[in-house]
Amino acid sequence: MKFGIVINEGPYTHQASDSALQFVKSALAKGHEIYRVFFYHDGVNNGTDLGVPPQDDRNLPNEWSELAEKHGLDLVVCVAAAQRRGMLDEDESKRNGKTSNNLIKGFRISGLGQLIEAGIQADRLVTFGD
Amino acid sequence: MAALHTVNKSPFERNSLESCLRLAAKGSSVLLFEDGVIGAMKNTKHSDAVANAMSDVSFYVLGPDIKARGLNDSNVIDGITVIDYDGFVDLTTEHHTVQSWL
Amino acid sequence: MSEEGIVKKFCYMNRKAPYGTIYALESLEVVLIAAAFDQDISLVFADDGVYQLTKNQDTNGIGMKNFSKTYSALGDYDIKKIYVEKESLDERGLTADDLQALVYEDEDDDWAEKNSLFVVDRAELSSIIDSQDIVLSF
Repeated sequence: MKFGIVINEGPYTHQASDSALQFVKSALAKGHEIYRVFFYHDGVNNGTDLGVPPQDDRNLPNEWSELAEKHGLDLVVCVAAAQRRGMLDEDESKRNGKTSNNLIKGFRISGLGQLIEAGIQADRLVTFGD
Repeated sequence: MAALHTVNKSPFERNSLESCLRLAAKGSSVLLFEDGVIGAMKNTKHSDAVANAMSDVSFYVLGPDIKARGLNDSNVIDGITVIDYDGFVDLTTEHHTVQSWL
Repeated sequence: MSEEGIVKKFCYMNRKAPYGTIYALESLEVVLIAAAFDQDISLVFADDGVYQLTKNQDTNGIGMKNFSKTYSALGDYDIKKIYVEKESLDERGLTADDLQALVYEDEDDDWAEKNSLFVVDRAELSSIIDSQDIVLSF
């Protein structure tokens, strides 16, 4: 079955990203397809390349990034939510006259249409939030 | 196929379980996870509301979230099925849609 | 922008008051984009979500943008099924008169202005929600 996943909260403050990660790993292990993971609201902060959690703690952005590489996941950060919160890839950074960018490898920035499209194309849309 | 409703907040903190139970159609399923597992515990102020709703909806609770909070399956209200993440994935495939009560 | 002709029933469920958190505003942003996809859209306002539709919102004192006028533009986006739970209004001491009037122009009826906001009771709302393909919660 094809799953769309929505993550509405950032890493660490809420369990949403952890729960979604466990769910996605289980779904993949069972042979399901993850059509897209869409990050909205503070969920865009899961795409940061600048987090430095303590060594004995999980690094959620890294885990998503590695899982994406391993399974070819489409991790999409909402552009409007990301711009508000200071999540920029190289192109967005340049376009907005900023000097740095912070989107970790494996994520891409795109519009809210990607959320609606995931709803249309996936067999199930599962949301994790606050 | 019926709908799966997920509740991730404690009934002591939010009204999401209460709202879910009042609007979930008869025959649908409710999964309690994250802090939502607190709603699946016996002998709380909210246990009766959950037990009473069992005639209309089926309840599931995510075991890993129970254990993480220092609770165990024997604390779970009779009639609620304890599942793991694989069970969570299966539940979503067995229902036509998944509604998160955020 | 239809996706190969697939039309699903999308429901946007709003249960939080505006301004205290960003969910109401960012839900509205999703709905405005979703309107371009030719899907069957319903909006639901229940619990504290009913406060999103109150008349006379004035945010001058809190330094935030008042986005409540956007709801009255939803008709222009062909969004004509906006449901408010009656019991949520009752519990909060509100009536439909405390809410904005929301309308759309019916192209099949010489662009007559028609009501798009419906106060529905719990049982009715329950069956509306149960009939959806996708429920997005904010």
